[in-house]
Amino acid sequence: MARRSTSRNLEFKDVGTDSGPLLVVEDLHTSFRTGRGTVRAVDGVSLEVSEGKTLGIVGESGSGKTVLSRSIMGLLPPRDVIRSGTVHFGGHELTAMDETQLREVWGAELSMIFQDPMTALNPVKRIGVQIAESLVLHLGMDKKESRSTAIELLRSVGIPSPEERVRWYPFQLSGGMRQRVMIAIALACAPRLVMADEPTTGLDVTVQAQILDLLAHLQRERHMAVILVTHDLGVVAGRADDIIVMYAGRVVERAPTRTLFNDTKMPYTRALMDSIPRLADPSGTRLNAIGGRPPDLINPPTGCRFAPRCQYTQDKCRESEPPLRTVGSPDHLFACWFPLVDGVSTAPAVPVTVGHSAPTSPGTPTGAGTAADPSAAGDTPSGEDDA
Amino acid sequence: MSDATTMTDTTTGPTRDVVLDVKDLVVEFTSGRQRVQAVSGLTFQVRRGETLGLVGESGCGKSTTGRTLVQVQEATSGTIDYQGLDLTQLKGGKLRQMRTKIQMIFQDPISSLNPRRRIKDIVAEPLVIWGKGTKEERATKVREMLEAVGIDPDTAGDRRPGEFSGGQCQRISIARALMADPDLLICDEPVSALDVSVQAQILNLLADLKSRFQLTMVFIAHDLAVVKNVSDRVAVMYLGKLVEIAGSDELYQAAAHPYTEALLASIPEPDPDHASDHRALTGELPSPLDPPSGCRFRTRCPYAQDRCASEEPLLRELAPGHQVACHFPVGPLGAGATA
Repeated sequence: MARRSTSRNLEFKDVGTDSGPLLVVEDLHTSFRTGRGTVRAVDGVSLEVSEGKTLGIVGESGSGKTVLSRSIMGLLPPRDVIRSGTVHFGGHELTAMDETQLREVWGAELSMIFQDPMTALNPVKRIGVQIAESLVLHLGMDKKESRSTAIELLRSVGIPSPEERVRWYPFQLSGGMRQRVMIAIALACAPRLVMADEPTTGLDVTVQAQILDLLAHLQRERHMAVILVTHDLGVVAGRADDIIVMYAGRVVERAPTRTLFNDTKMPYTRALMDSIPRLADPSGTRLNAIGGRPPDLINPPTGCRFAPRCQYTQDKCRESEPPLRTVGSPDHLFACWFPLVDGVSTAPAVPVTVGHSAPTSPGTPTGAGTAADPSAAGDTPSGEDDA
Repeated sequence: MSDATTMTDTTTGPTRDVVLDVKDLVVEFTSGRQRVQAVSGLTFQVRRGETLGLVGESGCGKSTTGRTLVQVQEATSGTIDYQGLDLTQLKGGKLRQMRTKIQMIFQDPISSLNPRRRIKDIVAEPLVIWGKGTKEERATKVREMLEAVGIDPDTAGDRRPGEFSGGQCQRISIARALMADPDLLICDEPVSALDVSVQAQILNLLADLKSRFQLTMVFIAHDLAVVKNVSDRVAVMYLGKLVEIAGSDELYQAAAHPYTEALLASIPEPDPDHASDHRALTGELPSPLDPPSGCRFRTRCPYAQDRCASEEPLLRELAPGHQVACHFPVGPLGAGATA
């Protein structure tokens, strides 16, 4: 049987050898029109990913990290979305492509691993068929060939007895196994860049370690670039080359991984690190939680968007927004007027009352909220650890 | 049984000290014609004022254990002694009465709140059911509990769960659980659906409430770093069995079961220079329909030997308060401790 001739109009030259990074995102903005107003979910983000490298994108829920990854892919709802800025991938401008053209890129050159493998997989199709889909579409394989490739892919993602499992349905697999299937689908056509959006959230820590190791192994083997989107700095610490920290739709710090951890400039990044329970700490150690919640992206605060939750806030922080800038190393960008130096704030030493920790008598809620934020509560009802 | 981590010496005798005494707990489910043991012979105690962590992978039976402790899941055999009463034998009104003393917080905070009801009604419900207090007294208590969990009762009381984030919904669930003045709080993965930043807030909140309301807690989670932070003692479960139990710092410093060692190794450390640990587990939990012979962990254990397949290791004491079910324990206590 003749191979189905898929018309591949786009030529992807090997950018790694001649020109710059694989992915270049410039000043990307994505907003959603809602009944309450315009939500500026991604508000001017620029980033680059080179061939074979891993970029970690870290932020809390609502920081815009998922919308960012979908905006880069071009996977946005058709209506009520405003996107500006450019995304160049392998020499092509994705932001200028229509959906027909994007379909040639999706899966083949640029693919995605979604957070929830149960809803991302089709529940009524055998997993083998779901893997073979893109092989047939992009590589023009016939049924037999795509099936044997699907089996090989299942084997490569560590699924035991793949000859048998290829006929299984998603519900017959555990969460970890389903995520392996998702990875097999994402890697089927040997893409140059894989976006993994919280690929291990919801999985057990043991399975998380397995999935992340698997992804790293396949990445080395295939020389892929990976964007790892997560809320957990622990997940990207040992795996990403560079990390971007997002807050309220903006990049607030960006640095090579070691620099980010060893010379953290932005108090938000430090606060995220400190909120992770560490095994080495004795049991019962009080966690340094960040009080309050990320701001409403319809009406973000003026000045630094983290100022209402920052323990070092000054008047300047509330008045004007700090630009993304560097001090010394050009790789290390941060958006803070009073960056940390060796873990210590450069803000004037006068202790400033922070929004979330208005000291009150024990038992009263802190930071009694506004209508939009019924409980911008601190991390503790008694406010005792914010002194 | 002695335990270095127990500080309650003021109570009279060992029976007062133990709030919950679980013996040989077995929970079976039927799957078609087959029977699956989700929990196979669990024995542990929860002491007054402590937090006992229950940790293990999905499918190890930790949630089933938690649900059985509040008797929303029936035990197949075994006993759960709560202050002299066997919970597994309680029925009807008596069981309902007991439930006010043992409350539960669930994993998914959003789906555990009725989306169509107002926050103040949701939180008041336990008192309404019991017909406790007048309307005004209930309203006062609702305010008090919402304030205790860091939710402003004035702005939040008339809202519905959909208007709150996951972390806030979890605070509301906690307020509801505290309304009936429970003794014992069973927390089933209360933070695993939350961001790390919100997770820290909730863990701190639970620690505050525990001391303020003198609660005893059973904290169920799959992340040992989280469990260690909140617990005084930790029980590690694997495929329906207890494999190790120890004080939390002891467990971290001297993990004796290879499974505990692997659980510790799989936690991602927020430190790029932390060498990735290759003791991380391979494979998946075997099917509880057909558990491995001997030690249930042997199929994934890097140290498994012939004896592990033929003989089931029993829980034994390696150090005071530190029990392990392994023929060839590892770590500082392991050397020479082969059973």
